[in-house]
Amino acid sequence: MIEIRMHGRGGQGGVIAAKILASAIFKEGRFAQSFPSFGVERRGAPVLAFTRIDDKPVRLRTAIYEPDHIIVLDATLIKSTNVFSGLKSGGTILINTSAQIGLFDFPEEYHAAAVDASGIAVKHNLGTKSIPIVNTSILGAFAKFTGVVGIDAVVEAIREGVPIMQEENAAAAMEAYESVETQVVQKVSANS
Amino acid sequence: MGVNGKDSLIHPSIDKVVVIEGTHAASHAVKLARVQVIAAYPITPQTGVVEKLSEIVSHGDLNAKFIKVESEHSAMASCIGASISGARAFTATSSQGLALMHELLHWAAGSRLPIVMVNVNRALAPPWSIYVDHNDSLSQRDTGWLQFYAESNQEVLDTVLQAYKIAEAVSLPVMINLDAFVLSHTSEPVAIPKQELVDEFLPPWKAEFKVDPANPHAFGALVGPDAYMEMRYKLFEAMEDAREVIRNVDSEYSEKFGRSYGGLVEEYYADDAEVVLITSATAVSTARIAVDEMRSLGFPVGLAKLRTFRPFPVDEIRSLAQRVSKIGVMDRNISFGATGIIYQETKAALYNAPVRPKLFGFIAGLGGRDVTPETIKEMYSHIMNNDTPESETIWVGLKQSQKS
Repeated sequence: MIEIRMHGRGGQGGVIAAKILASAIFKEGRFAQSFPSFGVERRGAPVLAFTRIDDKPVRLRTAIYEPDHIIVLDATLIKSTNVFSGLKSGGTILINTSAQIGLFDFPEEYHAAAVDASGIAVKHNLGTKSIPIVNTSILGAFAKFTGVVGIDAVVEAIREGVPIMQEENAAAAMEAYESVETQVVQKVSANS
Repeated sequence: MGVNGKDSLIHPSIDKVVVIEGTHAASHAVKLARVQVIAAYPITPQTGVVEKLSEIVSHGDLNAKFIKVESEHSAMASCIGASISGARAFTATSSQGLALMHELLHWAAGSRLPIVMVNVNRALAPPWSIYVDHNDSLSQRDTGWLQFYAESNQEVLDTVLQAYKIAEAVSLPVMINLDAFVLSHTSEPVAIPKQELVDEFLPPWKAEFKVDPANPHAFGALVGPDAYMEMRYKLFEAMEDAREVIRNVDSEYSEKFGRSYGGLVEEYYADDAEVVLITSATAVSTARIAVDEMRSLGFPVGLAKLRTFRPFPVDEIRSLAQRVSKIGVMDRNISFGATGIIYQETKAALYNAPVRPKLFGFIAGLGGRDVTPETIKEMYSHIMNNDTPESETIWVGLKQSQKS
């Protein structure tokens, strides 16, 4: 079982991203379940979304407490919330930022990567410059960074799962997929 | 093994498999059932059911009248009117909305109308909650509605289809319950059956009596003491008959669509178990994991999934009681001044039974408190470590040092 937690703000598309990821996994012949943080969603407010992946139907119907992967759609959440909470040792963190990943101060036993999903989304006219819709870009980057899901399935699931601008969203995912690689930084603990 | 088997998503009856949330599984089923009148008022977390249906109707994918109403009371009133005129009717609600509907729930059942309703189980206020527990639907116990509880999104879809068949066979309304958020807002793969096979399974409803200007009848007349009791007896009989109908419809569904839910109760490792936990809805899904883990450690535990609450599966529970030494009941509800509601019903079912195992009543998961495999294992441990329950209600996961 692989468990993923996304941290975003209402309007960024995190809940849809978790669902598209589940669809992509199912397209690849595995089973998945996705759900939002159970609560009231408001534009701009912190929102969590989750995806579970397994080789067999997912029967566990609880919150996710110890994710394997964390995706941060808005880097300002790192200061205001504990986005690393429960992340398994050796887990991954993918952050939407135009900044260098090395500038972030996060626990050192994790693998981290950055992608400028906001910049890519704006380039593809997804959302506005102040509130870009970054969910599809980040999924492309996630596919490349973690290898949990293939980019082909992600793109196919995006085309089926977003209500409008399917091609722009697919192109954004592809661009993020290509651009995340150079920004992967693996922090190594000074003690190890 | 029903919806939980990997092979359940490969069957000639399947049109396509889609990853959808529980509310939309209900909407798809309503479309497949060719419902003719939909009347509903939105309430979190039911909204998705109605949103999707309004989309389906406005796109012309379902030839139904979609009635926007000003309250849940009016929603049920509209369904009653539609059903009296011979139309297949549907509504969906949750919690406070269901409570507001209460008067007309009696009316629908007393009028013997096969209305189907989806209720997303949400805790009642105050304090305000939008999260799951079952007090909303269980408070409607005596209204004469059949009540089903679903474990997965697939079961939601399948049960809505079964529900129309059952409702129209016994002339009683059916309520299908699904857990707020844990199913309603959770997306997972759901097999959508082929329309032509659903049409074969569920032909158009032919009402025996209906509002028809060409053949006038009066509905809702005053009935004196000379006939009211007989009409109540008829309703009582219909609910008794529903047990066999539910089993038969589930078998027929299984033959046609390859998925079965065991009728009123599905047992999981209960055959050779010494301790069995009775529970319902999504807690069953998580409890299966706890059972698997405990079985792998050699503990003789099993599970009984209560799929229906009305009619209450008395025979199934008596059968279980003959095979196990201890039974636990997990209630995601509480009846103040008494105990968990399913615990009470289980005790009542066993009082005149030839064998009466020790019963343990657990309260858990109220107002969306997470029910994890550990929560379930705590219940099994409690049962295994005690000869008799220390109290009539054992609260699990309560944040206080003194548990009552």
